[in-house]
Order: sequence, then C-alpha cells, then structure tokens
Amino acid sequence: MTTTPPDSTQDTTPSLAEVAEIIVTALNLEMSPAEIDPDASLFGDGLGLDSIDILEIALVISKRYGIQLRADSEDNTSIFRSLRSLTNYVASQKAA
Amino acid sequence: MSISTQPLTDHPAPDSVLAWQPDGPVSRDRFLADVNQLADLLPAGRHILNICQNRYHFLVGLAAAIVTGRISLLPSTLAPEAIARLRSETPDLLYLHDGHADTIDLPGLAFPAPLPLTDRNLPVPGIPTDQVVAHVYTSGSTGIPLTHQKTWGALVSSARAEAERLGARGHALVGTVPPQHMYGLESTVLISLHGGAAAWSGRPFYPADIAAALAAVPAPRALVTTPFHLRTLLDADVFMPPIDFILSATAPLSEELATRAEATLGAPLHEIYGSTETGQLASRRATATRAWHLLGDARLRPDGDGHVASGGHVEGIVPINDVIEPTDEHHFLLHGRNADLINIAGKRTSLAWLNQQLTGLPGVHDGAFFMPDEEPDDHVTRLCACVVAPSHTAKSLLNALRTRIDPVFLPRPLIFTDKLPRNAASKLPRAGLLALLPPKDKAGA
Repeated sequence: MTTTPPDSTQDTTPSLAEVAEIIVTALNLEMSPAEIDPDASLFGDGLGLDSIDILEIALVISKRYGIQLRADSEDNTSIFRSLRSLTNYVASQKAA
Repeated sequence: MSISTQPLTDHPAPDSVLAWQPDGPVSRDRFLADVNQLADLLPAGRHILNICQNRYHFLVGLAAAIVTGRISLLPSTLAPEAIARLRSETPDLLYLHDGHADTIDLPGLAFPAPLPLTDRNLPVPGIPTDQVVAHVYTSGSTGIPLTHQKTWGALVSSARAEAERLGARGHALVGTVPPQHMYGLESTVLISLHGGAAAWSGRPFYPADIAAALAAVPAPRALVTTPFHLRTLLDADVFMPPIDFILSATAPLSEELATRAEATLGAPLHEIYGSTETGQLASRRATATRAWHLLGDARLRPDGDGHVASGGHVEGIVPINDVIEPTDEHHFLLHGRNADLINIAGKRTSLAWLNQQLTGLPGVHDGAFFMPDEEPDDHVTRLCACVVAPSHTAKSLLNALRTRIDPVFLPRPLIFTDKLPRNAASKLPRAGLLALLPPKDKAGA
C-alpha cells in the first residue's frame, strides 16, 4: 500500500537536494537539481515524468536507501506527486 | 444454416478458476454472474471504451460487451484528441471505468460492486465466431489512423494457440502490462477466457509489488512483462516466489537480459512477436534459438519486397512491416524493425503520425520526430524531435503536444532550431538529425 506522509513532515535526511540530484542523474535530465521546484508536479505539465521514469528513479532510491517502494497500481504513485512528497516518503521509510 | 459459435470461455467447470483477486480465486460461475450483472446495466449504444485499471474488471467489461453484441474500442492513447476522434466515429461511445476517473469527455459508467452469488452452474453463452468484438488502431504509414476489427473467432484461436505453445493451462498469470493493449489483452485476458489460465486482477508496478502479486497466487505461476520491467525487477534484487515461465514482448530483449532472467528467476523466458494488425504471430525462447516459431496455423509468404501473414488467427492477408526471413514453413528470423513504427513501453505509433501531430500545431513551421540510437542494457529509448517554432517555448509546445499524443512519445530532448537539416530533396537524413542531439552527459550517465 502507498502511504503518503503529510506535507508538514520535517525534511530530515535525505534532503530535497539529494533526491533532486537522484532524479536528474537517473533520468539524465538537462537541468540542474536546484531547478526542480519542490512542490511542483513531477508529472504532466510539471517535470513531465511518466511511469517509465518513476521505475528508474525507484530503482536508484531502493539501492541508495535500502527501501522498496510499493503502490496499488501504476496510477497510484502519489508519492511521486512532487519532489517534496517523494523526499518525505523516503525519509519516513528510512525512519520506520 | 447453423452459425458457428465459440463459448465465452473454455474453462470446463463452474468452479474452474478464471482469475485471481486479493480475496481469492474467481470461479467461472462468479465471473458469469458478474458479466450478467454488468450486461444488464449497460446503457444503449454499441461501443465501449473500457479503461478499467483492475484486470478482472476489464475482463468482465470486455465479456459483458461481447455477450450483448457490443464492440470494445482499444485505442493506443487516451489523449483528448484521440477521444474526440473516437467520439466522432462512434457517437454512441461510452466509457467503463473502475474509479480511477480520468477526465474523459464521454458518458461514463462505473464498474458496479459485485452482487452475492446466488445461482450455480450458470450457462456459458456461445458467441458467433464472426462477431466483431474489438477495434484496435494503428497510425498507418501515411499517418492516417486505421481501424482494425477483431472477431471473436480469431481472438479465440489466437489465445488457444498461445496457451498451447506456452503450456499456460492451469497457470496463474501476473501481468505488468495493461489489459487494453494487444499484448496484455492476448497474454493475460484472452488466455484466461480461452487457454485455461487465470489472470491476477492487479497490475503490479514496483518490483516489490510484482513479488507480492506473485506470492498472492498459487503455483504454477507466470509473469507477463516487458524487457524494461524485467530489467528493473532483476536490478532491484527483491525476493521472488518460484515462477514457472516468464513472457516478454513489446521490445527486443537482449540476450544478456534473457540469460540473466532465466538464471535469476529459474524459469524459461519466452518472447512474443506480433503487431496490432496480426496480433501475436510467433514466439521463441531467446536463450535457446534465434528463430521465431509461428503460432497455430499462421503462415508467412513472400509478397513484393516483403512478406505477408495469413491463416490461422490472422484475419485476412496482412503485410509484415519488419524485415524477416522465413527459414521453413513454421519459423523465421527477424532481421530488422520498420524504422517508421515506434513502440515505447508497449504503446505503438508511427513517426509519420507523430510528425503530423507536431507540424499541425499552431506556431510550428517545421518539425520532425526521430529515434536516436538504441539505449544499451534494456533501457527505454526515447524519441527526440527538432522543431522550428519561434513563438513557442519548450513548455508551451510540450503542453500542446500532450493534448494530441501519449506522454511516452513526448520528445526528449525537444530541440529548437532555425532550420531542419533537410537535403536537396527535402528529406531529413538521419545523420543530420542525430548531429542536432546534445552530447551525452558523461558525468551524469
């Protein structure tokens, strides 16, 4: 099941910058990590990521932090809503 | 004169398991009761866009359409322009969904909650073999969309031929591919109706989800997936329950990945070759042979510069778009894919159609999509595009394209230029297009 922590969760390790760096590197994006708005959508008219990208990023995150991501379905990937939600999710899983 | 029919399913007994849900097996009786319930709820109109995410809901929706003489439309994308075109071609179109409400501009019907199972030994309806049950679409070499009709008889023969080749009868199938595209339709849905298999209702996404889905069904089990999902699954190194066979399609599989998958998962890996027009046509076990083995009674013969397929479950005489070489009556080698046809993550289109969409946008003076060289290691290769559109930003152009084409085809990168590298004949040499690409970021790779 996907659990989405509230956005008020503290930005503990990993940092937003660290996860932004993972996204840019994993997908070979032509932008700097700092250019990713922490609260903008990673999908659609935001960063424009799709399910293929998400699996690539999830793989790097599972290797780096030793956590396995879970979802009910491809369309229930709400932890990838924004850089902040993804970072909070990783932090909550690490803490668990 | 008697009409030739085939039953809705060949599962032999009322308690035969036809699908798996998180709360357990779905019997043939349960399935038929669900089909009857939904069939009674369908409003007037002969065409249904079935976007159910749950594979079992999709299966019931397809079957309810079939038993009521309706046609399921299976477009390759739900982009707004594609929906508008379907609506203009079939004004009675409605869509069936199961709660993942997309913003689709059509009358919708929500998949109903199941009723208690009261009757037993429900009769299995017979369906005329010449009944058209689905429409699938290709973009055509000229870029004009073409509709292909699939009859019940052809789909049944195809499913049975695949089940026999794979030995799929009695297997629980976990699929990572959507039921709405040909490969997922044939290899998870139809094979559960005709072929004795039973599909898992979910569509697991992350590697840990795939492992959990496999653990939720009993052996023997099979995984129906793509090279991309397979690679991420192997790279993730999660514990996997025993698998009896693996099926892969939609993209060429590297020999290295095939060998690694078989060694890691301890199961044979079969590949499926096919196209939207022919449906699945052949299979092979990549670690054992290069040659593809034709399914059922499908046959190939030379025609002009290429080959055509016919016979068995192939409807009519269908040109093969790829470069192939038959080696005997039942086998062929695949030498190259048609450069115009694009297949990314199981979604198919053509460069001709994509170019029409791009150059048809307001503010675009010229533009072209192209496929860069294949990414190594079974990574997904993305399309690129170069465009002459001085009034656009990358964001405005991508947003405009997003209303017309599926997101997996959006260009990466999108290159703005003053002039496309056209030669004297106004053609775009591939070398000229590749030269526009930025050098790979070595540090980031």
